[in-house]
Amino acid sequence: MIPAEFEYTVPETLEDAIRALVDGGEDAKLLAGGHSLLPLMKLRLAAPSLLVDLRKVPGLHGIDRQNGDWRIGALTPHRKLEFATELGLTSRVAATIADPQVRHRGTIGGSLAHGDSASDLPAAMVILEAEVTLQGQGGQRTVAAADLFQDYLTTAVAEDEVLTEIRVPALDGYGHSYHKFNRRSEDWAMVGVCVVVKDSGGTCEDVRIGLTNMASVPLRATAAEEALRGQALSAENIAKAAELAADQTNPPSDLNATTEYKQHLARVLTRRAITDALG
Amino acid sequence: MSVTEAPLGANVGSPLRRKEDPPLITGRGRYVDDIKLPGMLWASFVRSPEANAKITAVDTSAAVAREGITAVYVGEDMSDLGGPLPMAWAPPGVQVNNPDHWPLARGAVKHVGDPVAVVIGEDRYAVQDATEDVIVEYESLPAIVDPEAAIAGGPFVHESLGTNKVHEWTLAGGDVEQGFAEADVIVERRVVNHRIAGAPIECRGVIADYRAGSLTLYSATQVPHFVRLFMALLLGLGEDHVRVIAPDVGGGFGQKLQVYGEELLACWASRKLGLPVKWIETRSENMSVAHQGRDQISQVKMGAKRDGTITAFHVKILADFGAYNMILTPLIPSLGAFVMGGCYKIPNVQTDITGVFTNKCPTDAIRGAGRPEATQMIEVTVDQMAHELGMDPLEIRRKNFIPTEDFPAATATGVVYDSGNYHGTLDKLMEHVDVAEFRAEQEQLRTEGVYRGIGFCTWTEICGLAPSRVTGPAGVGVQAGLWESAMVRVHNTGAVTVYTGTSPHGQGLDTAMAQIVADRLGVDPRVVEVIHGDTSMGPEGRNTYGSRSLATGGEAVVKATDKVVAKAKAIVAAELEAAAEDIEVADGRFSVKGSPDKGMALADVAGVAYVGAVPEGMEPGLEETTFYDPENFVFPFGAHACVVDVDAETGKIKVLRYVAVDDCGPAINPMLIDGQIHGGVVHGIGQALYERVHYDDDGQLITGTFVDYALATAAELPSFETDRTETRSPVNSMGVKGVGEAGTIAASAVVTNAVIDALRPLGVEYINMPLSPMRVWNAIHNSEGASPEGGLSS
Amino acid sequence: MSTVNVRLNVNGVEHSLDLEPRLLLVHALRDQLGLTGTHVGCDTSNCGACTIHMNGEAVKSCTILAVQAEDAELVTIEGLGTEDNLHPMQEAFWNNHGLQCGYCTPGMIMASAALLTENPNPTEHEVRHALEGNLCRCTGYHNIVKSVLDAAGQSSSEVTA
Repeated sequence: MIPAEFEYTVPETLEDAIRALVDGGEDAKLLAGGHSLLPLMKLRLAAPSLLVDLRKVPGLHGIDRQNGDWRIGALTPHRKLEFATELGLTSRVAATIADPQVRHRGTIGGSLAHGDSASDLPAAMVILEAEVTLQGQGGQRTVAAADLFQDYLTTAVAEDEVLTEIRVPALDGYGHSYHKFNRRSEDWAMVGVCVVVKDSGGTCEDVRIGLTNMASVPLRATAAEEALRGQALSAENIAKAAELAADQTNPPSDLNATTEYKQHLARVLTRRAITDALG
Repeated sequence: MSVTEAPLGANVGSPLRRKEDPPLITGRGRYVDDIKLPGMLWASFVRSPEANAKITAVDTSAAVAREGITAVYVGEDMSDLGGPLPMAWAPPGVQVNNPDHWPLARGAVKHVGDPVAVVIGEDRYAVQDATEDVIVEYESLPAIVDPEAAIAGGPFVHESLGTNKVHEWTLAGGDVEQGFAEADVIVERRVVNHRIAGAPIECRGVIADYRAGSLTLYSATQVPHFVRLFMALLLGLGEDHVRVIAPDVGGGFGQKLQVYGEELLACWASRKLGLPVKWIETRSENMSVAHQGRDQISQVKMGAKRDGTITAFHVKILADFGAYNMILTPLIPSLGAFVMGGCYKIPNVQTDITGVFTNKCPTDAIRGAGRPEATQMIEVTVDQMAHELGMDPLEIRRKNFIPTEDFPAATATGVVYDSGNYHGTLDKLMEHVDVAEFRAEQEQLRTEGVYRGIGFCTWTEICGLAPSRVTGPAGVGVQAGLWESAMVRVHNTGAVTVYTGTSPHGQGLDTAMAQIVADRLGVDPRVVEVIHGDTSMGPEGRNTYGSRSLATGGEAVVKATDKVVAKAKAIVAAELEAAAEDIEVADGRFSVKGSPDKGMALADVAGVAYVGAVPEGMEPGLEETTFYDPENFVFPFGAHACVVDVDAETGKIKVLRYVAVDDCGPAINPMLIDGQIHGGVVHGIGQALYERVHYDDDGQLITGTFVDYALATAAELPSFETDRTETRSPVNSMGVKGVGEAGTIAASAVVTNAVIDALRPLGVEYINMPLSPMRVWNAIHNSEGASPEGGLSS
Repeated sequence: MSTVNVRLNVNGVEHSLDLEPRLLLVHALRDQLGLTGTHVGCDTSNCGACTIHMNGEAVKSCTILAVQAEDAELVTIEGLGTEDNLHPMQEAFWNNHGLQCGYCTPGMIMASAALLTENPNPTEHEVRHALEGNLCRCTGYHNIVKSVLDAAGQSSSEVTA
């Protein structure tokens, strides 16, 4: 299987990339690592008329600590995140994406801009309360991860915008965990639950719970979070909170899991992930 | 660990590293897609998105008009074929409904992926683009997907038949009703053996090159000789003008035991266009149109006395054949029937088979072909029976084993098992598995909420496909003899070339055959070249499937080599003025017994043979040919165990340990045997836990790529423990049996039994595959209301 | 059909090719450069038969456009070692029967070699997870894992020659 024909350009500046994107119209697409887009193009589920390859655009790589935040360049591949264990949850989640070869090429910016709620990073970005920087014709803006994901494969990134970097609060002092449930290690998540939790002398000072593949966008299990925040981090309280993890969700059934089963998994994985994050 | 070299004469039995490997590990293999011919065109197919529809119109004009497109053909363009695609099973006295099946659909499509048109052009990419410009209009018809609904009534896949039934076939021995009357306990289960794919990592591919009246076809096939025969028949060519080459073939697993429409079409188009035509299948195509396997629903009934003696076993199989009969489709369930008593002495056994058409991809042989299904029925039901009787699952097995002293042993159905020692393999298994220790651990873990289970399977199977008198037209009804050939040629220099009629594609036969020949000729196996997979090289052959290549092809090599040895001895005897019976092969030389200094190297013997200085009345040269047709099948057997953990909260299963003790007779190369077992076991574990071809109710294929069709990866599996016993087969001189399918035949039943063992404290007594997390969770969740059939929808 | 000129550095050799932008790297290697050791086994980036090294890292060449590989250093199975000068990973696959049909093998060897570059002393668990992007239907992975561990010097070698 091979992609349909398209035009190709490889600009050397961000300005040129944005210009090419604008000139290319609505069927123009940005190409980062290509590991979300090219598989769709090969199956001819996507057929952009123009690909704007970002590989020569400077300044889109790297991981830096700036005060309380991590700044991650959009073209940083998952494998780099995986090895940067100081990133905490972001690193742990990245390590579960597909397989090593895919992680070498797939990028955090590409994954977030693609907006697939079955992919692993979006829910983590939501609970870490990360922000993305979008650079467009009219300038630069910042969008919170919670506002980035709008629907299945639909994000707040405008047609003329390039997602250039991600700012992730470091959340020092938090424990973290990601429990990804799938049949095979390389698979997409049937359900994934990511957790960050702050343990203050046995009491839950803060907890945030993100759900992967439970809706057309990544979700936050707010009812469960609220049930645990401020409470003693006992096994019983964790279990009680986890029972609320699937509240207000209605994930669609698919080949591997029905709605009911996904909701059940969300509850089980939430309990395990909180426990693990504290461990 | 392999070895590179064994002492001369002692290669058989050594784990020699493979002759095949150097090109394959350096990227110098030669698979079909690696071959380019001058002027070569590319083909790409327009395939049906409909499961059942009439084709009302096809407009190819836009596609033909595209740059680089040579031709677009539809079914009606191929009216000059000698006939439809072959189905080669015509059992005496059995009616088999067999509708025409064409390389391109004629007026109707019967499953998703059915080919409607082919685009041929100059470039791999351009032909795929052009397929999108072929406009096909369909009149959709309701599809029938569920085999039980299909056998009960319409809609009919093939309207003209007025039924979806393909055939009925029964194999019975003794009297099962009498056997059930004698039983104290009867266990009945509905055993679902779901549909799986062959999934070789190399998809199919062909290059057809017709020029000057002769056709050369490169095909990723297991069966070049069968393909040649049918290309000749269907294209009206003499077999002498058709050469089929199976170059390096990237796995087959039965999927490439076929004569496919794409092969025929490429040949037909090459003849029509006067240029070579290449087609390389995509994975998406492979998942929707390359034949699939299993897909049986069986009503299984076993009777036993209170002491565990099994008195009767009766299975009624409904086998889903998909939309067409392929070359052996309706025969496949029968292969299971031949061993439906397993390794047990059961006086009354009956298998009733009904084949049914549905609007799905056809099924045919996939690794194990009928025998994994039979083993699942026997071995899971034996476990269920043991539980009903309150017996240990190993005790019931031992009680019913065919006693070692009974071999060769005729079963109730008249099939004669060549040799066996079922207690021996189980004893050996018990050296690796401490069941008492496991049970204690299991008990302890349950108190900690960990559900661990152990499963066993003691199995036998029928393989080494041959003998012709049984498999052939007057026997089971395969329209071919299934003997095997070999030709052994000693060259002037003493180098040796072996031509085998088998067509291995990963099994390591080059190495095994070289070991056999080397010992008999007293040479290094590195100077023995093994040629296969080319119908213009060596004698007619019957190729590789059904774990037959060593037991038939290897034995043919032995016989041809022995003829060469006999001739060489006669030459040496004449040269050295000794008696032929006094010549022995030792230390790489043909020498006179008792006078090791008096002798000749094989090269010297060949020198004499080729200068024609042979004894009076002897022909010059040193090469011999054999056609070998054995007296019986061979029946490998084994005892496997598996330990699994079930995550009771999620239903997810992890295989912790897998121990396989196999007996395929004396090992030619034990390393190759282990390799076959490892791969076969994963095929069976894969079916039990991960793999399933799934169609929705409208006949749309849901598992059309490797994203959704889940082959296990290394990350899901443990390393395996293997061991062997060696019980000779009396059928061939080496005493060998087949091993290619053994692991697959055993593994799905072992895993199922282990999972049920783990789940019993949770109230689950029985569950059918696939043991996906959701199905297992459902079974646990619903256990109070679960039926013994465990027939949960998924 | 418009083409672009691309310089590809493969196995230390520089090539200048006029390619369609949509040409997949694996097809550029196989069809344009004749490096047919890199295989295609799926269309969804699952099987890993197309694995090569790009700037020293294992990547799937079926999910990279040839144009994206400009300026990168590419190594294919042909560049890893030859029959006369095998790479230790190739030798280990041979010694441990780490292959049967050979179709997944180049990708397996390339992924395994890259693993040992990143992690010279992997555990069995790490080897198995490092190969989760490579499918094999023949070996059940047992001897592949054994080969990789052997190449890493983690099991005693009993090869007699």
